[in-house]
Amino acid sequence: MDAILLQILNGLDKGSAYALIALGLTLIFGTLGVVNFAHGALFMIGAFCAVTLQRVLNLSFETIDETQKDFLGNPLKVKTPYVEAWFGPEAGAWIIDWAVPLALVIAIPIMLLVGYVMERGLIKHFYKRPHADQILVTFGLAIVMQEIVKYFFGANPIQTPPPDALNGVANVGMLIGMDIVYPVWRIVYFCFATLIIGGIFAFLQFTTFGMVVRAGMADRETVGLLGINIDRRFTIMFGIAAAVAGLAGVMYGPINPPNYHMGMDFLVLSFVVVVVGGMGSLPGAVLAGFLLGILESFASTTWATTTIPGINQIIIYLVAIIVLLTRPRGLMGRKGVMEE
Amino acid sequence: MGILEVKGVNKRFGGLQALGDVNLSVAENTVHAIIGPNGAGKSTLLNCLVGKLIPDTGSVMFDGQSVLGRAPYEINQMGISRVFQTPEIFGDLTVMENMMIPCFAKRDGAFELNAMPSVGSQKDIIERAESVLEDMNMADKRHMHSASLSRGDKRRLEIGMCLSQEPRLLLLDEPTAGMARADTNNTIDLLKQIKDERDITIAIIEHDMHVVFSLAERITVLAQGTPLVEDTPENIKGHPKVREAYLGESA
Amino acid sequence: MFGLDKKDKSLLAIVAILTLLAPFILNPFPTDSAMAQFNAGYPDLMQRFVIFGIFAVGFNILFGLTGYLSFGHAAFLGVGSYSAVWMFKLLSYNIIPAIILAVIIAGLFSLLIGFVSLRRSGIYFSILTLAFAQMSFALAYSVLSNPKFNLTNGETGLQVYNDDPQILQGANAPDLPHLFGLSMRSTYTMEIGPWAFDFNAGYYVCAVIMMVAFYLAIRIFRSPFGMMLRAVKSNQQRMNYTGLNTRPYTLAAFVISGMYAGLAGGLMAAMDPLAGAERMQWTASGEVVLMTILGGAGTLIGPVLGAGFIKYFENIFSKINDNVLHGWFAFLPDGLEDFVVTIIHPFVGKGWHLTLGLMFMMVVIFLPGGLVEGGQRLAAWVRGKRNKGKDKTTGKTEPAE
Repeated sequence: MDAILLQILNGLDKGSAYALIALGLTLIFGTLGVVNFAHGALFMIGAFCAVTLQRVLNLSFETIDETQKDFLGNPLKVKTPYVEAWFGPEAGAWIIDWAVPLALVIAIPIMLLVGYVMERGLIKHFYKRPHADQILVTFGLAIVMQEIVKYFFGANPIQTPPPDALNGVANVGMLIGMDIVYPVWRIVYFCFATLIIGGIFAFLQFTTFGMVVRAGMADRETVGLLGINIDRRFTIMFGIAAAVAGLAGVMYGPINPPNYHMGMDFLVLSFVVVVVGGMGSLPGAVLAGFLLGILESFASTTWATTTIPGINQIIIYLVAIIVLLTRPRGLMGRKGVMEE
Repeated sequence: MGILEVKGVNKRFGGLQALGDVNLSVAENTVHAIIGPNGAGKSTLLNCLVGKLIPDTGSVMFDGQSVLGRAPYEINQMGISRVFQTPEIFGDLTVMENMMIPCFAKRDGAFELNAMPSVGSQKDIIERAESVLEDMNMADKRHMHSASLSRGDKRRLEIGMCLSQEPRLLLLDEPTAGMARADTNNTIDLLKQIKDERDITIAIIEHDMHVVFSLAERITVLAQGTPLVEDTPENIKGHPKVREAYLGESA
Repeated sequence: MFGLDKKDKSLLAIVAILTLLAPFILNPFPTDSAMAQFNAGYPDLMQRFVIFGIFAVGFNILFGLTGYLSFGHAAFLGVGSYSAVWMFKLLSYNIIPAIILAVIIAGLFSLLIGFVSLRRSGIYFSILTLAFAQMSFALAYSVLSNPKFNLTNGETGLQVYNDDPQILQGANAPDLPHLFGLSMRSTYTMEIGPWAFDFNAGYYVCAVIMMVAFYLAIRIFRSPFGMMLRAVKSNQQRMNYTGLNTRPYTLAAFVISGMYAGLAGGLMAAMDPLAGAERMQWTASGEVVLMTILGGAGTLIGPVLGAGFIKYFENIFSKINDNVLHGWFAFLPDGLEDFVVTIIHPFVGKGWHLTLGLMFMMVVIFLPGGLVEGGQRLAAWVRGKRNKGKDKTTGKTEPAE
């Protein structure tokens, strides 16, 4: 029982990332009718927002401390980060320690801007083009984005540790009288993802803006006829989807050190998630994201990998193929979406 | 026995009864029109005939064989050709190529891996396609990209493509919808000519009464998914129920 | 002869002349000159030109004609490579059985994947093929390389070892892939003055096979079958209501293009008897899409051009480093020189992929018809200038019949 719960928990963090990316993909696809192959790159850019902030906060100046000597007897050079000099050592250290969560603050405007520029500068011109063209141009964009990141940050994964207070493990089983030890940050990630998903759904459900967007997803032409400028709203929607992917990326850094091709790795799986969930269905995307994340975690257990070696690497694809063959519209897909 | 026999067909979409107990018999070598107000179920009925929809109950027999459960291409191979409301042609291909494809379908069936001989070596197909183009008065447009044809010519091409297969039943779905008067009249003339020159049964769904009364020999009036009356055009014109159905729509 | 019309015959002739004379054409600069770095006439690169040419020509039969965008064709290439290496291991280093098996296995594999993927169209199809390819990659990389059942040798890659059976390997046969004794590596270098031209056996084997593959592609394009495939792209609804079953047509196109990919993979292994899983990764599938689009999807010559273009620039761009750049811009004043080098630096050397990505976007945005369309537009523009005032010429070529 403990083991099962642990595997479910293990699946939740990856599932959260899948769900968040798939949610954005679905939003973009549902509203704009565009298949965005650069969505994984947005996730990656989010992660590198955290990396950048961490580097900026660690910018230091050197002073020579005459009172201390290094092992050669020379005066010791001490590096002091600027933030520590400005805010005092304690507050400065705290800021550096909390770089990843703080990166959320800078990531939101950056991602909104990236999303806005992407939609106005590129995607807009592809609404009327075939899906194949959309795939190809966003695929090209994804390559460009990841190569730019690679140019500035190199090809190796970069460690982005969580704050000390959220590092380490906690016994999450205590509440229900069981012994399940689990990394704190992953729990944070899951809660964060739940919050964002909840936020998006609430936004779509309870605001006029969200209502128009939902109506637009269902029937774009009619809403257009009502004289509502949906294009503008869809631009904003694209920005939001980009921000969601970016934030998912920011917080994912401590779980897996970011590298430039992490976006592509997640993108393929997120597409599979979207298809399994049902193209154009937001709840489907979230549900499938978590389900597949958990499934993958079960397939990664020693028992599973010794029975069928490597099953953890193919399980998602296998499930996707089976789902598509038995339920071509996916788990919660609507009729008429992408069916010519 | 008509060439097309529809018996007791029902079709529901969720709570909506689209077709309720439809019976229809189309006699061979006649022009049979199906008319009715918007939402009367005309298109649903047509889709049940060509394999796009499967009725919940009832039977659809073509020339003594059931069409139910067959794919559209199989039904076409049985001898039913369909013309769409907005012309469905191969827009990326030339007019000549458009005309050759149904000829291939007629000669080779639903699939043939004919990958090595060149199209140019298929003399019989070329001859056939050219003669239909002549019939359609489109021979001079044979090298044009079909997407650049006028609306009326697209319709003409589509009808020609269907005729090149020598179907026994030609189904027309509002063939003049959205057309200018001149194009409509041209299409009527073309259909009249087809009716006079060929042994062919035509079933036509139409909104435009001018078209219907210029062509049809029998008319079925559909309202709310059920046939109201079936009669000759002369009798339909004065029929009280028909007037009611149409007046009811406009009120 | 060949059952082609005049235009296609001259196209085939041009391709034949270009490939056969490639060792000369690609080595225009003397070996010692500064420009020698732009030479591409060495065996390894020339082999890649034609092998990827075959891959792209095959991909174009699917994508260019039917419009079905597969993102998983690298899987068939990889399967072809593995099959070929297995033939080397089991039978002998003769490349004929290896290539035949590569084509057959890739064909069967694509039949399986195509049968499932083609149940859906549009974006679903692309994602399904992508999923299949990633699954094949994972299978090759880890699942099928466990001690109990080692089909792919995982990360190391599949290669021939001394203790492999090689039951047909003759005592005197070369210990490398060969064609009835002619080693694929044997190269004759012809030196004329300061120039050196390499004639490599492997390259010529690939070149001849590519010409055959290209010829078959022309036949397919001009056949009723090819016309049906274009009809599938144009209007599936009309196809269905014209009594044509689109499924077997698309499946046949899929399998044919899969066999081309397998052939390319088999040849790759024949040039270098090694097969690795990275060949199957989806970025590799993306590359062939790129070649086809860049050259001109749906045109005959486009994919060959695209493959050559990308492989040439990949090679040249990756070789340019800062020293080379400084050499080029030495004539500029110092500050300006450094500035120019700094600007260009991210796009060359290891930054080649950035250039590739940008190029890809530019082509899709501005030139959806690829290089072929670009050439046609240019030709039309030149003609238009020359005939100013005379009849206007159209940029479009006469549609094929």
